[in-house]
Amino acid sequence: MDTEALERQFQARIDADERIEPKDWMPDAYRRALIRQMAQHAHSEIVGMLPEGNWITRAPTLKRKAILMAKVQDEGGHGAYLYSATETLGVTRGQLIDELLDGRARYSSIFNYPTPTWADVGAIGWLVDGAAIMNQIPLCRCSYGPYARAMVRICREESFHQRQGYDIMLQLARGSDAQRRMAQQALDRWWWPALMMFGPPDADSKHSAQSMRWKVKRFSNDELRERFIEFTTPQAEYLGLVIPQGEIDWSEFRDVLDGHGPCNRERLAARRRAHDQGRWVREAALAHAAKREARLREAV
Amino acid sequence: MSTQREWPLYEVFIRARGGLDHKHVGSIHAADARMAIEHARDVYTRRQEGISIWVVKSSEIVASDPAEADALFEPARDKVYRHPTFYDIPDEVKTL
Amino acid sequence: MSAVLPDRHFLYVLRLADSNLVLAQRLGELIGHAPALEEDLGIANVALDLLGQARLLLAHAGVLEGRGRDEDMLAFLRAEHEFLNATLTEQPNGDFGDTIARQFLYDSWQIELYGQLAQSADPTLAAIAAKALKETRYHLRYSAGWLVRLGDGTGESHARAHAALERLWPHTVELCDPDDIDAAMFAAGIGADLATVRRGWDRRIDETLAEATLERPATPPWRWYGKRGEHGEYLGRLLAEMQVLQRSHPGASW
Repeated sequence: MDTEALERQFQARIDADERIEPKDWMPDAYRRALIRQMAQHAHSEIVGMLPEGNWITRAPTLKRKAILMAKVQDEGGHGAYLYSATETLGVTRGQLIDELLDGRARYSSIFNYPTPTWADVGAIGWLVDGAAIMNQIPLCRCSYGPYARAMVRICREESFHQRQGYDIMLQLARGSDAQRRMAQQALDRWWWPALMMFGPPDADSKHSAQSMRWKVKRFSNDELRERFIEFTTPQAEYLGLVIPQGEIDWSEFRDVLDGHGPCNRERLAARRRAHDQGRWVREAALAHAAKREARLREAV
Repeated sequence: MSTQREWPLYEVFIRARGGLDHKHVGSIHAADARMAIEHARDVYTRRQEGISIWVVKSSEIVASDPAEADALFEPARDKVYRHPTFYDIPDEVKTL
Repeated sequence: MSAVLPDRHFLYVLRLADSNLVLAQRLGELIGHAPALEEDLGIANVALDLLGQARLLLAHAGVLEGRGRDEDMLAFLRAEHEFLNATLTEQPNGDFGDTIARQFLYDSWQIELYGQLAQSADPTLAAIAAKALKETRYHLRYSAGWLVRLGDGTGESHARAHAALERLWPHTVELCDPDDIDAAMFAAGIGADLATVRRGWDRRIDETLAEATLERPATPPWRWYGKRGEHGEYLGRLLAEMQVLQRSHPGASW
């Protein structure tokens, strides 16, 4: 069958809402687009462990510490599910990680913002996870089977993340003047970056149309962004916090994406350090496994 | 940067409860079988999702080729007589 | 039971709690920085278990003390010299060899200890120990597995694991050396017999070190015991970080 016929057949399967599985024929462009998006998603989970991880050692109560550890651990788990799903497309995790560490791959630019106070942990859970969930729920029905299945698992686990974030904000909003100020400042800091998480306006979004046709994406950036604002506004009112007014500054979005955010360097440096310092450990484990296998062979 | 050999990939299968089959849930990387079980446990059973784990090296899995799907699975399609609903049994006949 | 030296009973449980809390705090520093993604999850699981045990033990200690201190008051509003954790647990994460060696030495001790405490005359302590024992079995499986890989891995990993054991060894001295609190609690049927713990600990250490092709370090004289509040310089910083919000916002709820 020629490529054109295969592509027609492929699109017909997508249109019929069938799922594409790893060994099925798929256009190269579809494979490449999925690898790019899924890897970016996986990297975001891993880099996303850092801003909140910044507060594990300083969480104000032992209960909060346990919740935060479990949450940051979940993010690592979500990264693992997503790398695993991406590997079904014929790349290895090692390749993907290399691309992250040498700066070729992207991750969500939201994680380049700092968490200077405990309230930032609350704001991340409430706003950043809230926006992420809104982006992710449609992906549970995306056309690529392993991605959709990973997303089902992730969305199921994410539901506590947003709630614990709001719960932190609620406690701060009911607290001392200093705590309320902390909460408001965190909202001010995270509001615009959270809105940027839905991606550029539809008119400027270069991947959107094709992604919609392939049912990797099911709602437009602006649609999801509007829905997020609609859901979040009353939640902020209940906290007695004021949502910042104005317009999204898209030049900031581009700058942070291009590496000029407040913590871009620190985030990548932290990932590189862990990778480099772990090298001898990973090698030792392989060396030990090889020795053990050799011993087994000798014994036979 | 990628000069280092990666830990092999293992596929993970989990039995959620007694009475159910092991079900494929995803994969993990590990240097050896013992580590593979630990990684599968730490990655895939953080919320009591399982009571038993199988791991198998991904390279050991033999899969059918989707291009052969017609040859493998179409022939079963017209064997409708394998299904109980194919047969009309009079209502008077019980426990059949 | 409660007629027996309530203050010692409180201190005994507090020691157990503090060791778990401080080690959980150390492991918490590592989450997101481990040598492999799956190890981040593994370390977080151990940290969560230890923190969970610490919370149960602190709550119990607070009840035994009877002065209305809850888990957070005990964790966040005590000074350095009031912390009774084994100094082993406050040692920095170092490289992965240090982290694993510290964990292995601690798990091997804790599994023996909890095995006895599960039979404690203090029913709350017995219940906590019985639950914790299952968790500890997994921790030991994890840390012993890694120590063997590092010891019997590459030349570099062997050297690092060896150096870690040498560095940490003095801090194991207090683990099995009973003082008057240990003795009184054992006599009352509440605490463990540290002589028995030591035999079990020795056996586990020797077995795993042999498999890991690592030498058991010589035991130096060592007289500074964290369980008596005698710490090195690491704990103060660890607590300063852990307690910062509670200290800078007195009376606030979180």
